[in-house]
Amino acid sequence: MSHETLAWPDSYGDKAKPRMGFFTDTTVCIGCKACEVACKEWNQVPMEIEGFSGKSYDNSGDLHANRWRHVKFIEEARPQNVLHVDSEGLATYQEGDGLRWLMASDVCKHCTDAACLDVCPTGALFRTEFGTVVVQEDVCNGCGYCVPACPFGVLSKREDDGRVWKCTLCYDRLKDDKEPACAQACPTNSIQYGQLDDLRERAEHRLARMRAAGQDEARLYLADDDDGVGGAGAFFLLLDEPEVYGLPPDPVDARRDLPKVWTAAAAAAVTLGAGLVAAVFGGRE
Amino acid sequence: MSRSDSYYGQPVIKEPTWTWEIPMYFFTGGLAGASAGLAWLSELRGDDELARRAWASALGGLAISPLFLISDLGKPSRFFNMLRVFKVTSPMSVGSWILSGSGLATGVAAANAWTGMFPRTSRVARPAAAVLGLPLSTYTAALLTNTAVPVWHEARGSLAFFFASGAASSAGAAAVALTPPKYAAAARRLAIGGAVSEAVTNEVMRRGLGMHAEVYKAGPSHVFDNISRACVASGAALIAARGRQSRAAAIAGGALLGAGALAARWSVYKAGFGSAADPKYVVAPQRERIERGESRGATRRDAKVSAPRRDLATPATSDGR
Ligand code: SF4
Ligand code: SF4
Repeated sequence: MSHETLAWPDSYGDKAKPRMGFFTDTTVCIGCKACEVACKEWNQVPMEIEGFSGKSYDNSGDLHANRWRHVKFIEEARPQNVLHVDSEGLATYQEGDGLRWLMASDVCKHCTDAACLDVCPTGALFRTEFGTVVVQEDVCNGCGYCVPACPFGVLSKREDDGRVWKCTLCYDRLKDDKEPACAQACPTNSIQYGQLDDLRERAEHRLARMRAAGQDEARLYLADDDDGVGGAGAFFLLLDEPEVYGLPPDPVDARRDLPKVWTAAAAAAVTLGAGLVAAVFGGRE
Repeated sequence: MSRSDSYYGQPVIKEPTWTWEIPMYFFTGGLAGASAGLAWLSELRGDDELARRAWASALGGLAISPLFLISDLGKPSRFFNMLRVFKVTSPMSVGSWILSGSGLATGVAAANAWTGMFPRTSRVARPAAAVLGLPLSTYTAALLTNTAVPVWHEARGSLAFFFASGAASSAGAAAVALTPPKYAAAARRLAIGGAVSEAVTNEVMRRGLGMHAEVYKAGPSHVFDNISRACVASGAALIAARGRQSRAAAIAGGALLGAGALAARWSVYKAGFGSAADPKYVVAPQRERIERGESRGATRRDAKVSAPRRDLATPATSDGR
């Protein structure tokens, strides 16, 4: 199996399942937010009223403990130059007004090298048999370390409850051979669920067709094993730079610098020891 | 950062959810760790007056540290879940074990120094407390730098030295304040040496931060930094000038140095919030990394197939899966 992570598939032996994920094809997203609603319903995620934001149709802000799917709306004064719009199913085009409207449903990336999972001191965050990243709510003690560790800003604490929550890729549904609630609800199949290998193949064909249709800005995001997080279980087809969608262009799992981090801490500890010896034994008095 | 390269200026990463207890703990942990080392070495040298007081500050720091940590947790009753695993990829996990070991060893050592209890165990506990105190003072830097917060992560080579200096100056300061001046020569050297080192390592860290150093020049981080520098400089000067003659000057100088080390931790802690809140600190360096060719980034425009299959390129339907 490809796209191996630290704990999957090895630690599962014969019980390992194929790695499952999401391919979010933002080119066909119509911004209906069915995914946000379906996710909240299925996972019983608490309601949160955020009011009117003034940010296009996005009144729900960002991914956090109480929002595991989040639809973004970007209005760009830029007409699209695409040849066969209808036949390619590109829904983000508004004819005539020169406005390009990008919509994208964001989610936890279920990273191959997941910083949140690396830093969790309780083992609450773990890698499932499907290769996804899930928080065990009966183990998390709300230490908050995963929150600033995630390079995508996915995790946060639920205030009244003290623990962190995020997308589980519907772990409970996966165990029953059902697709995640958001993917099932998505009317355009902008959210596609499946085996990561199949999704990646599908995404390559989709990208090739977008490019052939003249959509030169189409690009895959987190679809390769050699990026800073080792590729992701949830990856995207975008129509502009990632930062336009509020996504980091070159996210890196901090674990890559862990040797340097520990070397510095050890060297500083030794230096402190030397300083103490010098202070105690180094005097004339 | 212009609107066009961010999503409505919203942050890309999340601010920490940590609260005031965390910078307090960085201070008390460092104070305790370096105090244990000072105590044991002073014992070896035969400075028992100094040693007993340094054991007291070590124990005091270690008694209060877990309270800070536990109170910061979202589920305080689950503190012991920290000890159900040991993970080197998590400085917080490693630190929980160091803190537990330090706490036990220092408790035994301090009890022995003051009451003579545990004579046999303390022969092991005293050096153990002194040695564990060293990483206890510096792992907190690893904890911060091993995150996605740019101003912390970019200080991964230098922050630990800044924290070690603060630990040295605060342990020296506490011992200077608690010990009659004629027994406190080593503590004065540690306090002043730590203070000088704090100023130097702070500067080294800033220089290495590039654009990220900006966050230390704004908001609460800047205020705490100014307080810290003023306290450290005046405290060290006071101890150097009058600490040998006057107990009052020693106490005042020690208090100033301690306050300076504490404010320094607050400055670093608050800088992380400023750094996480503005997407430019996250995006711009990543963009530069890609432009300089050091990284390929996370996007790819060229498909790996040249002749796309239409059935695969069409958005899938779930029942066809
Ligand atoms: S996106 Fe963040 S929360 Fe999700 S797996 Fe990656 S590091 Fe963890
Ligand atoms: S908040 Fe919970 S899930 Fe996150 S690192 Fe701490 S224990 Fe792990």
